[in-house]
Amino acid sequence: MAGARELPPDQVLVQRLRDGDEETFALVLNAWSGSMLRLAMSFVSTKASAEEAVQDTWLAVIRGISDFEGRSTLKTWVYRILVNTAKARGTKESRTVPFASLLPEEEGPTVDASRFRAPGEEYAGHWAVGQEPRPWHIPEDHVLRGEVREVITEAIDELPPRLRTVITLRDVAGYGSEEVCSLLEISPGNQRVLLHRARALLRRKLEEYLSGTHHVAGGRGRA
Amino acid sequence: MNCDEFVELVTTFLDGSMHEPTELRCLVHLTECDGCETYLDQFRQTIAILDALPGQSLPTEARDQLLGAFRALRRD
Ligand SMILES: [Zn+2]
Repeated sequence: MAGARELPPDQVLVQRLRDGDEETFALVLNAWSGSMLRLAMSFVSTKASAEEAVQDTWLAVIRGISDFEGRSTLKTWVYRILVNTAKARGTKESRTVPFASLLPEEEGPTVDASRFRAPGEEYAGHWAVGQEPRPWHIPEDHVLRGEVREVITEAIDELPPRLRTVITLRDVAGYGSEEVCSLLEISPGNQRVLLHRARALLRRKLEEYLSGTHHVAGGRGRA
Repeated sequence: MNCDEFVELVTTFLDGSMHEPTELRCLVHLTECDGCETYLDQFRQTIAILDALPGQSLPTEARDQLLGAFRALRRD
């Protein structure tokens, strides 16, 4: 998440929070709430519920900061509280995201088989003629870059919940693989499968968008 | 290595957690396949866009309440 890197080191943060430094609290609140909201959305059914989960988490952080032992980073501690809070809400709303094993639709190829030469053909398994990815050009222009972000944000929201959770943690919030595995209680192998599928789906969305549809107003979301 | 195999290995490849023989096969494939080189590059770009995504934010009201709660607790 942009901006998160500019926070002071953990030791300083924790001490200031314990001292009741409101500016520091506002700083972490601003830096983390966005990715926390997105993460909470993976576990609950509505935006309002996600917001409440994030609020509850911050309240727990305010109350618990004096007990924080520093065995993980502050951020991991906060996110773990969030995951537990959001999971509990999700269970009540009967929308849980168990990670123990992969669903059938989460396995299998992440790129449509029709883009490759069929078995038996010459160069089977290589890109079919006209199907190979073509270099795209992401416009430097601010408005368009804003549009690119909009496309990808929308695409994240449309991902199946488990894919959304993993890619939000890894690529949006910037967590390493180990942290994500321990937060979600998921094996490294399954985590990689979910992350890869999520990335492949988002790349495909960008490909669709950047292959020319953005010249047409409202032309997003072409099949 | 075929392209349909390479596209499934991109995340592992980027993680740097790949076994050396497989990594070597990927690297060799990349030198001879523009399509996969582009695919890899677009994966990287996708990740970069995600990394630079601005956060959503809490509604102002919720934010103010939390700042209030922080202030109140510290006074106790
Ligand atoms: Zn290839």
